[in-house]
Amino acid sequence: MSLLEIVQLVFRANGRAILDGVDLDVAAGEIHALLGANGAGKTTVARIVMGCSGYAPTAGSVRLEGRDLAGLPMHERARLGITMAWQEPARFEGLPVNEYLSLGCRSPDPAGCLRLVGLAPEAYLERVLDKKLSGGERKRIELASVVALKPRLAILDEPAAGIDVPSMEEIEQLILALKREGSAVLLITHVEPVAKIADRASCLCGGRITFTGDPATAAERYRSRHCVTCDGVACAE
Amino acid sequence: MNAFDDMLAALSSIYADAAILAAPRTAHVVADGHTVLSRRAAPGVELKVVESPEGLVMELVVAEGARIENPIHSCIGFLRPRAVQRLKIRVRIEPGACATVLAHCLFPNAEAGQHVMDAAIEIGSGAELKYSEGHYHGELGGMEVRPKLSVWIRPGGKYFSDFSLTTGRVGRLAIAQRVEVACDAVAEITARVFARGSDEVRIQDELVLAGRASRGLIKTRVALADDARAAVVGITHGNAEGARGHMDCLELIRDRAAARAEPIVAVSHPLAKVTHEAAVGTVDQEQLETLRAHGLSPEQAIDVIVTGILR
Repeated sequence: MSLLEIVQLVFRANGRAILDGVDLDVAAGEIHALLGANGAGKTTVARIVMGCSGYAPTAGSVRLEGRDLAGLPMHERARLGITMAWQEPARFEGLPVNEYLSLGCRSPDPAGCLRLVGLAPEAYLERVLDKKLSGGERKRIELASVVALKPRLAILDEPAAGIDVPSMEEIEQLILALKREGSAVLLITHVEPVAKIADRASCLCGGRITFTGDPATAAERYRSRHCVTCDGVACAE
Repeated sequence: MNAFDDMLAALSSIYADAAILAAPRTAHVVADGHTVLSRRAAPGVELKVVESPEGLVMELVVAEGARIENPIHSCIGFLRPRAVQRLKIRVRIEPGACATVLAHCLFPNAEAGQHVMDAAIEIGSGAELKYSEGHYHGELGGMEVRPKLSVWIRPGGKYFSDFSLTTGRVGRLAIAQRVEVACDAVAEITARVFARGSDEVRIQDELVLAGRASRGLIKTRVALADDARAAVVGITHGNAEGARGHMDCLELIRDRAAARAEPIVAVSHPLAKVTHEAAVGTVDQEQLETLRAHGLSPEQAIDVIVTGILR
């Protein structure tokens, strides 16, 4: 049985179909990349799985180990082991990094999670998650917090966004560390080189999954830019 | 226990640092109502207190050039359920001096009480004052507190004030502070309040950036729950070349609470600049969802956010 199973997921907003019958599954311990151009609906998939406010599916289902998540509040989903690192991490006035890492933490060494993202704990644990930290620093802390949660399914929305190129390998190592710790990862990205560490990859175009298979083929299809303009029709053929 | 011990016990229960008053080089005053329970000056610190049935008159002078290492403590309030306390405070930080004042205003048993303070503070040229005022009004919401402060910062002086009332009920609070900032001087005024029940909060801070290259910041953080009400008025005048001012007001509301923010900018010199930001509303959805993705319920997430902004 898949850990995460998304079946015929439809999401409409303002009369427009953002997702139009998405089928996707993620196995336990698998890194599954979801590739797609800007506006393809990748983040919408992530938000629906996480149960964000305003993202109840129009049709279709999302299941975790066979359990339908419909109607389950976000924090209950998190307690089942789903979590998400946001593309643009929130800022928190007055909240120190060490306290943030401790929220829901299942890791015996939350400070050590910072090292995984290339941050020295002694330099960051007492700092506050506000606008004095750069976007890249907050991104790394967000990813460290996901490791500290020891989730069964980590949804990483554009984990490479805001990260400098030399540090990209650290992010890839972090994703692999999540897998080693037993987490499955739904890796959402429009940067196809990041997807190379995945076990499988899917392409999302025109509100549908147009390909699922090995990451190299998915990256090649995505790189061809064919589906950017085809609205999924050609990709689905 | 006598009144002094009771006051220290109240201080310890809120701030857990009453032992510091016993330190020999720490100036302090402890008063219950209009009665002084303890007072100590320290090298470089002159501290006079006059008792009268109409109120307490305190005068604090930090000598020119003195650098006072230990904070000066003022532990003032009353332990009775019903009482009125009036304070007249004069503070003078002489040129080049530097001091920190920690004022603890404690009314732990107040059912119907009033605390009225009128303070005049002068910070001399090149001097610095850090003034922190923490309040605890008990759990009954029966206090009315009206602090009024007039502050003059002379050239090159610095003033950092931090008012906090984040534990227990507020009752009715009306702060009025006016700070005049001379050339090259700096003022930063912060207030943090958590109001609930039928609490009422009014904060009016006014900064007059009167001197060349004077700088000022008004920062206000208010969290409101139940039927609490708040009005925050921030006024900054930019009256001189190179004056820079900013006002930053955040009010979080939940339940049936209501809040108002009025930033007023008045600039009379073409080379002065004053900016402001004000946000009134419920907690930020992105913050809430980030915390809920950690498994926190909405209530737990709001507590984390509110605790953060009130720090």
